[in-house]
Amino acid sequence: MSYKIPAFRHPNLPKNELGYTTKDYEGAVSTLCAGCGHDSISNAIIEACFEMSIPPHRVAKLSGIGCSSKTPTYFLGNSHGFNSVHGRMPSVATGANMANRDLLYIGVSGDGDTASIGMGQFVHAVRRNVNMVYICENNGVYGLTKGQDSATTDIGSKSKKGEPNALEPIDLCAIALQLGSTFVANSFSGDKEQLIPIIQAAIAHKGFAFINVISPCVTFNNVPGSTKAYDYIRQHMASTNTVDYVPHAEEITAEYNEGTDERVTMHDGSMINLHKMNSKHDVHSRTSALTMMQECKAQDKVLTGILFMDEGSQEIHETMNTNSTPLRDLDEEKLCPGADELAKINELHR
Amino acid sequence: MKRDIITNKFVIKFANVNGTGSASANKLFSRAVFRMGIPISPKNIFPSNIQGLPTWYEVRINENGFLGRRGGIDIMVGMNPQSMERDINEVEKGGYFIYDSTKQLPPALRRNDIDFIGIPLTEKCRELYDDPRHRQLFRNIMYVGVLAALFDMELDVFKQLISDQFKGKQKLIAPNVNAVTTGYEMAKKMHACPIAYRIERRDNVGNKILIDGNEACGLGAVYGGATMAGWYPITPSTSVIDNFARYCRKFRMDPETGRKNYAIVQAEDELAAIGMVIGASWNGSRAFTATSGPGLSLMNEFLGLAYFAEIPSVLIDVQRSGPSTGMPTRTQQSDVLAAAYASHGDTKHICLYPSTPKECFEYTAKAFDLAERFQTPVILLSDLDLGMNDNMSDPFEWDDTRKYDRGKVYTEEDLENMTERFGRYLDVDGDGVPYRTYPGTHPTKGAFFTRGTSKDEYAIYTENGEKYIENMERLQKKWKTASEHVPKPIIRKTNKPCTVGVIHYGTSEASTLEALHHLNSLHGISLDSMGIQAFPFSDEVGQFIEEHEYVFVVEQNRDAQMRTLLINEYDFDPERLVPLLHFDGSPITARFIRHEIRDWILQTTTSPRRRSRFY
Ligand SMILES: Cc1ncc(C[n+]2csc(CCOP(=O)(O)OP(=O)(O)O)c2C)c(N)n1
Ligand code: SF4
Repeated sequence: MSYKIPAFRHPNLPKNELGYTTKDYEGAVSTLCAGCGHDSISNAIIEACFEMSIPPHRVAKLSGIGCSSKTPTYFLGNSHGFNSVHGRMPSVATGANMANRDLLYIGVSGDGDTASIGMGQFVHAVRRNVNMVYICENNGVYGLTKGQDSATTDIGSKSKKGEPNALEPIDLCAIALQLGSTFVANSFSGDKEQLIPIIQAAIAHKGFAFINVISPCVTFNNVPGSTKAYDYIRQHMASTNTVDYVPHAEEITAEYNEGTDERVTMHDGSMINLHKMNSKHDVHSRTSALTMMQECKAQDKVLTGILFMDEGSQEIHETMNTNSTPLRDLDEEKLCPGADELAKINELHR
Repeated sequence: MKRDIITNKFVIKFANVNGTGSASANKLFSRAVFRMGIPISPKNIFPSNIQGLPTWYEVRINENGFLGRRGGIDIMVGMNPQSMERDINEVEKGGYFIYDSTKQLPPALRRNDIDFIGIPLTEKCRELYDDPRHRQLFRNIMYVGVLAALFDMELDVFKQLISDQFKGKQKLIAPNVNAVTTGYEMAKKMHACPIAYRIERRDNVGNKILIDGNEACGLGAVYGGATMAGWYPITPSTSVIDNFARYCRKFRMDPETGRKNYAIVQAEDELAAIGMVIGASWNGSRAFTATSGPGLSLMNEFLGLAYFAEIPSVLIDVQRSGPSTGMPTRTQQSDVLAAAYASHGDTKHICLYPSTPKECFEYTAKAFDLAERFQTPVILLSDLDLGMNDNMSDPFEWDDTRKYDRGKVYTEEDLENMTERFGRYLDVDGDGVPYRTYPGTHPTKGAFFTRGTSKDEYAIYTENGEKYIENMERLQKKWKTASEHVPKPIIRKTNKPCTVGVIHYGTSEASTLEALHHLNSLHGISLDSMGIQAFPFSDEVGQFIEEHEYVFVVEQNRDAQMRTLLINEYDFDPERLVPLLHFDGSPITARFIRHEIRDWILQTTTSPRRRSRFY
């Protein structure tokens, strides 16, 4: 069951530019386990959209199957949502995007959903540079089917039920980078300060924005020995940068320390400020991102932050040269060549 | 031997080597016959895409307009040494074998009951052309010229066709015309032309066109307003999308912006192809995919979702021989059950069964109306025979006042004026069809969650058994409503009372109708017939069976799938539905149907009644 959140609104809740409060960005009450990392991600999405004054109904939220894929019910209640089938969210999102390029597409997936059954679709959505935010809520375990290892479980990592995992994990960020994803970030569900601006940057990005979020499963994988447990992540996080998202309407007043900070202007004029923890890292270089990830891994660290972005990227509609009017809004007049043309076609076949 | 002259009624077959460019020569011949006003039906019989293997092209020429496969070959043009023995053996008594006499025919292959006509084509080409490629190409065009002489055809028709074909490539016209003329003259010189088969100008084609079913489907999708296609290549469906793309390039480039008013995505597999179609349709586009059996299998899970979550989607299944990879370049009608009940759980899908290119065009366009009206998958079942062969067809028609039926969609205004709560799965009109909204329509109203799990009328997830049953029963009601909107069966009754009927669907139509004609004229047996056009079956389908004691069900698969579907949906006594099955991968012939029915009818007069040939 999904429970509706009471409609009562506190009169003093802050409003955004559209006059909406965070309430307008909430969904049904979550039915996930108390403490599940996925709920924190839902909250981060709510905050991010509220702060960016995104009209909720202009968002389409899509997912596959899994605990993570259930979450679109729990945010943006005024948006259309789509729980598709296991691992196939990317194709549904691609089709939806083809029909109407004007909406914001947020896809939510799990590590089972993305790295196993849906690996093919994930890879090809990246390759096509579909304009969407793709969040993989990565808990290193199958939550909904109760605790099996997933393809992202680290070697030696031990879930509540399992033996230590013996297989090499799939690193989704590395794959996304190698496939040419135009925005790649890694974050942690417990780090709201970092996650919210990363989601905002991903929304501002035109093209495929991939965010891998380590999201502990309290029921099956929050145990000593697991590399996707809260304690483990808190102790092993290493940031490449922290992020501020600055909407273009806002005047930039903060002072930044040259050399350790970088401002990136997005296609819509908004700005992303990267406060660099590691000034060696060039956020526009895939190789730099991959190298740094490797270095961290060797030190048993988990690198977080925006790893790579190409803010001038060409999303799929531009590559395909489709009309700026959403295809779904075209009518007979634009679509149907009419009887006279058909008569000519008949003639060619005589 | 004095022979009767047979004019405009015979079957000619071309035996070639795959990849030698014979296709256009063969087509040139059949088009010429067609231009002389004589009905034809050419069929490609080709291997699964491997160079050097035998390939055949069989053309039935019939001035009375019987265009299914007849059975038997009267004239064979044998250009493939590899298959020569079997090609010679295939010719019916009294027929002709035309061959390249540059090399002598092995005496062992000679038959006394057919005529052999040899023309030294290769030798002539060696003499005329230096380039080996030209030798090969023009040898093909030359045998077309030979046929023109043998059948006493009008050479001007060929010249005109060649100049039409190479319009804009002026340089190619003269050499091709030359090759035809050379062949023509060689034949005239060497043989007593014409032979016992003639082609004479008639006016029996009327305003008919010659087109393949896949082009018709691709064009139907353009006219039907499809804006999105997601697909993955598979024979024999690929040219549906090729043609859709071609016509889109022609008609769907926005004149103001130069941008595309369509999107075609070649997916990574069929799972993604149908996923894209579902995503686009959910978001308000008319979207479709084209595939064949193996692709349909992969799409199953998603089709169940589209059925249960009620998302329009159009799928064109060009059937080939299964199971599994089967005979990928041979025809069959064996996806009938797989399409009707695709996916797990209680699912069923609207299916359309076109028999002609015109129906391919019309039903494809209509599939989008049906899909959106009933918010459900619609599967059009064509097959390789219809899809990849030129078929004579009535010209396509379009009514410019026609409006797309976008089905029940609440607009922003509807939602704004709505006082009651929007229920995505509420049966507002009592016909089982609910209202949907497109994403992004209204700031506060009309949003809902689409899911494959059970839900109530308001799209809220529930596992309450009663709610589940209510929903499933509403879907059943919607199915009943759809049965009144799908194309009705085409019923042809004889003017005598008749206790035996015949059912056909799709490409079995032409051969069945011809068989019935000859059963009547040759054996005095007249039977009523019905062409089923769609699933769900409309009431007329059941009535037709009700009115006849026995009904043949003619189909091109081993397991009598349409018969099973009828029994399953209607509960008829299976004994009353007599399977008539042909499934060797070639199109069913009129002869086969006639003999099967004749034998059965003769047997039934003696007791005990022969049991149906069915296992
Ligand atoms: C075709 C198919 N196979 C298997 C399942 C069963 N299933 C449901 S969710 C799931 C795994 C979910 O894991 P993940 O994506 O990591 O999400 P989590 O629940 O951990 O958030 C599986 C195997 C299914 N629904 N469909
Ligand atoms: S099982 Fe794990 S992933 Fe699923 S809701 Fe519970 S904590 Fe979250």
